Amino acid sequence: MNQNQAESNTPAHRRILVLGATSGIAEATCRIWASQGASLFLVARNTEKLTAVANDLRARGASFVDTAVADLDDTDHHPALLAHAINSLGGLDVAYLAHGVLGDQAQAEQNFNTAAHILHTNLMAPVSLVMWLANFFVQRRSGVIAVLSSVAGDRGRKSNYVYGSSKAGLSTFLAGLRNRVDREGVTILTIKPGPTKTAMTSGMKGSEKFADVNAVAKSIVAAIDKRVDNLYVPFQWQPIMFVIRHIPERVFKKLNL
Amino acid sequence: MPPAEAHEAQKRLRYDTGSSSSSARFESWGRYPTYAANIIPLHWQGDFPEVAQNLHNGILPVGLGRSYGDVCLLKDGNLLATPAMNRIIAFDRETGLLTAEAGISLAQILDFAVPRGFFLPVTPGTKYVTLGGAIANDIHGKNHHVAGTFGRHVTEFELVRSDGTVYYCSPAKNPEFYAMTIGGLGLTGFIRWATLQLKPIVSRKIDYEGIQFHGIDEFLALTEASKEIEYTVSWVDCTSTGKNFCRGVFMQGDHSTKRSALKPSREPKLVFPFDAPGFALNHLSVAAFNTLFFHKQMVKRQVALQDYEPFFYPLDKVLHWNRMYGKSGLLQFQYVIPWNNAREGTVAILKEVAKSGLASFLAVLKAFGDVPSPGVMSFPKPGITLALDFPIKPDKSFPLFERLADMTLEFGGRLYPAKDAAMTAAQFQTFYPEWEQLARFRDPMITSSFWERVTGDQPSL
Repeated sequence: MNQNQAESNTPAHRRILVLGATSGIAEATCRIWASQGASLFLVARNTEKLTAVANDLRARGASFVDTAVADLDDTDHHPALLAHAINSLGGLDVAYLAHGVLGDQAQAEQNFNTAAHILHTNLMAPVSLVMWLANFFVQRRSGVIAVLSSVAGDRGRKSNYVYGSSKAGLSTFLAGLRNRVDREGVTILTIKPGPTKTAMTSGMKGSEKFADVNAVAKSIVAAIDKRVDNLYVPFQWQPIMFVIRHIPERVFKKLNL
Repeated sequence: MPPAEAHEAQKRLRYDTGSSSSSARFESWGRYPTYAANIIPLHWQGDFPEVAQNLHNGILPVGLGRSYGDVCLLKDGNLLATPAMNRIIAFDRETGLLTAEAGISLAQILDFAVPRGFFLPVTPGTKYVTLGGAIANDIHGKNHHVAGTFGRHVTEFELVRSDGTVYYCSPAKNPEFYAMTIGGLGLTGFIRWATLQLKPIVSRKIDYEGIQFHGIDEFLALTEASKEIEYTVSWVDCTSTGKNFCRGVFMQGDHSTKRSALKPSREPKLVFPFDAPGFALNHLSVAAFNTLFFHKQMVKRQVALQDYEPFFYPLDKVLHWNRMYGKSGLLQFQYVIPWNNAREGTVAILKEVAKSGLASFLAVLKAFGDVPSPGVMSFPKPGITLALDFPIKPDKSFPLFERLADMTLEFGGRLYPAKDAAMTAAQFQTFYPEWEQLARFRDPMITSSFWERVTGDQPSL
């Protein structure tokens, strides 16, 4: 284990880049890192939201918090943005990609531009970011790239196959990349969360079945610490998706999923 | 880059974490009444008043729904759920001033503050309430006799009206909105953030003492003798008559001054898993519980060093304990009767409750102090307060409740809106003659089922 890896294993010294930092799961994850004293660089589109999240993480004990407002659809600016973040943090141990759109499936079935936009935000933009980050980490022979994909990418379903295909592409890209860079000391973590309950759903019926966002965040932090490859969270989604992937197409195509 | 046309589409796309709303039954803690409402979660400080722009049927900001009756309900209206607005905005380690978004829960504040050596200035019997809800109901705790209500420790907050006007409120700035919003049942506008003065602690522990008492006079003597002690509260058996009438356990405590580790609390593990059948709570089972509770403390006096969790939040250990009351829910009844009638009134009401045979598990007795409340509509005033809950039995609970409310009125007392689902408009308006002032300060879009019930008011849109 080289010195960089030793550093990244000490939560208090960890330098973490978070892309899409105002998403619910990302924010919950960042709160855990902040309480451990990590240094964070946060990227999101909306200045006010980003400021609110950054102030909260500072109060919760992050050693250092810097931010950049950026539209991550703009892939041309990725290299400059990433270089700036790494410069600000004084290095990088973990990159966490949490941005994405659910999109309007009904509209995406009729309108190519809608579908293309979902694919761009959820697949093309992460590919651009992850490619740059992986090459950076390979040079240093250390680092973790954790990416929020989705169980929706495990099998195309009529209710969200455009979103699902973007996540399927992303998961496959990450699997191939892992195969290339794992031997170089770089960990690629593909995270597939199921439906997640956030604080706001308390009191609503049916939401008891959803996963708790803080529990999801805790699992993600633990998976990064343990350098896991694939994470279904909550874990029940692993056997569920195993079954769903293995339903014969003859049957599956008739189901309403 | 995506095609330019996609930019238009993007505006219509829902981000993974974006706002959505759902129509559902929102239950208050008493689970009575329940009404369908459109629940709109707010995530960010800027979400209000934007989300209210295209809404009809009235709106009501709500927190975690721990008030018992209908102050947190709006039949067929729009509930703006704040718990996702739970960010800390600033914290000063020197002074203990904490500024946070109004949806943060007291549990989340404790998780943050306790390891840093601070505690809530006032806490109710559950930590699962939001900062905004605590202000709106101007809640009280076991230290009311020394610390007053929660609102006294709120140094400033921001109030946003549905028309977009923003009032920065403190005792000095916009003092009329400050005084109407504390205890204003959420009706004066949307509380966006607030600053709370926390107090320093050096230990999680409470120096606890439990003392058995028999009868109201022993309770009053213990109250008199414990004026210097920060926290006092009593559990009282309201099923027993005769020589056991008004027996109870007087519980008192101070924050331990002996330094010890300030670890965060563990997450509760127990969940009451199902709705208990209606017959589970009856006179016999509750009488048995009360006898057990009384004798759990084997000796007249018991001294212990206790963690703050079981001292303040014994019921929070079991999430959804309200399911114990079954699907039909429970009615809370909490009065305060001023000192001149406090003894007489409390004895009369306890006798009425015992006579009715309608079981009450949790009867909590406490003397309020004379620290003035900052809120015009705040419930506490100097005297005795008693909180009871009853399982709802269709033909019996409501007549009893009405009798008890009338008795409260006769003794010059009043009831607590946060725990009420049954007082009449006439009773409310006599309890709180200030209600007309609140009506003037009410945001025209905001209303609640409670407010409509006790004023006959309709949302003026």
